[in-house]
Amino acid sequence: MTDVTPYIVLSAILFTIGCVGVLTRRNAIVVFMCIELMLNSCNLALVAFAKQHGNLDGQIAAFFVMVVAAAEVVVGLAIIMTIFRTRRSASVDDASLLKY
Amino acid sequence: MEFDKPQIEYGHLWPLLVVLGVACLGVLVEAFLPRERRRLTQTILAMLGLLAALGGAIWVGLDLPKLGDGVARGDLMMEGTLVVDGPTVFLWGLVLVFAIGGVLLFSERRLEGGVSAFAGQAAALPGTEAERQASTRGLEQTEVFPLLMFAVGGMMLFPAANDLLTMFVALEVLSLPLYLLSGLARRRRLLSQEAALKYFMLGAFSSGFFLYGVALVYGFAGSMRFADINEAVRNDTENQTLLLVGMGMLAVGLLFKVGAVPFHNWTPDVYQGAPTAVTGFMSACTKIAAFGALLRLFYVAFGSDRWSWQPMMWVIAILTMLVGSVLAIVQTDVKRMLAYSSVAHTGFILTGVLGVQAATDLADHEVTSLQAVLFYLTTYGFAMVGAFGVVTMVRDSGGESATFARWAGLGRRAPVIAGVFAFFLLSMAGIPLTAGFVGKWAVFTVALSAGAWPVVLVAILASVISVFFYVRLIWLMFFSEEPTEGEVAAVHTPSLATLVTVAVGAAGTLVLGVVPGPVLDLAAHAGEFIR
Repeated sequence: MTDVTPYIVLSAILFTIGCVGVLTRRNAIVVFMCIELMLNSCNLALVAFAKQHGNLDGQIAAFFVMVVAAAEVVVGLAIIMTIFRTRRSASVDDASLLKY
Repeated sequence: MEFDKPQIEYGHLWPLLVVLGVACLGVLVEAFLPRERRRLTQTILAMLGLLAALGGAIWVGLDLPKLGDGVARGDLMMEGTLVVDGPTVFLWGLVLVFAIGGVLLFSERRLEGGVSAFAGQAAALPGTEAERQASTRGLEQTEVFPLLMFAVGGMMLFPAANDLLTMFVALEVLSLPLYLLSGLARRRRLLSQEAALKYFMLGAFSSGFFLYGVALVYGFAGSMRFADINEAVRNDTENQTLLLVGMGMLAVGLLFKVGAVPFHNWTPDVYQGAPTAVTGFMSACTKIAAFGALLRLFYVAFGSDRWSWQPMMWVIAILTMLVGSVLAIVQTDVKRMLAYSSVAHTGFILTGVLGVQAATDLADHEVTSLQAVLFYLTTYGFAMVGAFGVVTMVRDSGGESATFARWAGLGRRAPVIAGVFAFFLLSMAGIPLTAGFVGKWAVFTVALSAGAWPVVLVAILASVISVFFYVRLIWLMFFSEEPTEGEVAAVHTPSLATLVTVAVGAAGTLVLGVVPGPVLDLAAHAGEFIR
């Protein structure tokens, strides 16, 4: 059986990079790309675990995740575009009318 | 490797398929019908679809097969990826009833003078010529009805999911339409778009956590099925780290959806910014679906590892109740206050989740924690949909008006509507003879019988705090002086649809408070989750 630990470690690193990116970046598009990075690191982990367990569940899940991520891009970019056209800025800090 | 054609049990799944089918049909209607005929067609289509699905859910519920000699009834569907059992059908019924309320609120047109509460043309920028034209030409975004139906489909799939992948897909199917719906308000569009952006960003972030949890738990158990995960949790002693981290990440995703502290930050912003009809719909239905999924995941898949997750739930329940009710005190906006109160309600429901799980551990006539949570969700849904229905009617020259200052003296200007709203608030506070009291009593009892008395103590404290801010708003409506300067809000006459929603909400709250027996029995009859 192949040792999949390096792949899992890589996926954990990618997930962390995505997570830190979401928390620190200010441009909505970049934040969104970081979220996509998180989803793709999940795909890597799913496929690696599928290899380890020798069944197909994880690989099939990776396909579903790609479809869901594509649907999320459609919805997300539509919302970010609208905000950008209204405010002339894609910074997540500028949208701050709702607070406390 | 061979693939077999999956067997699909249409007989038990058709309520779900009807809802998703009607949603697709709605998209076709948008594409092919002329604009002036779309609104009526969409409303009727959505309504008929939901009514058919509700009838179907009752029908399916009546002939669920009994499983062994236990209290559980139901069966696995679609090769074990879905499960239709008593709790699933009960949650389907709840989601559908409140979704019907949602459609009625969506179809309201009298309050805005002949147009709906949704943006005439979502792509037209606020304050431009294009937006003015859209409103003078009476354009409407009728896509809200198919979006609502897709969301309802996801909400029905969510508590029925019996494996992690299906649960993830259901989570996204219910969330994506809600992100869009929150950004479609006709008035105060900047707020609405901001709410959509925040909801989307945080929602996608949390579903990333959920998905990594799926991957880790799959790595631990080697399967996505809840039954197999349960088996692995019982037998496997290595790789505990994978299990614990995975479980934590799955919990982040689900607790975000129910709006528990520390994942509650989106709740007030989205509830305030979204169109009020959408807020009413999603405050009730999302919470119902997400609690169904949370219960199934933690009882069925991780039930044998209760001691790992219960301390976490204790802490989160306590934090949620305290933060929700303390922050609600300082709010000056009715919608925002209701949002924080819904955070506090999440905490009360989590208190119920901590209770004893199996009916076999209990003496006769004691409520199980599943039964208590289902009942609480029912009472909560009626009060929330009704309360937000009232909020849509209270208006001034700028549209809906939700700031406290404008609500002062509302009880003297419109005693009936203000009285109904006060009744909803009393129910949320848990005053006897309202549904909220019985709900609170049920969840506190089950948590006590599981030995979670510190949580119950905090819950009682939080209830006392919450009585304060509910009663303060009632005082403001009925007994405070009207402000001498500045505009005040008045209750405008809505169409029959909104009135019916509010009336049903009030009737439900009253009936469940006076004779809770039948619904408690029904929840008991729903039995347990099957594996």
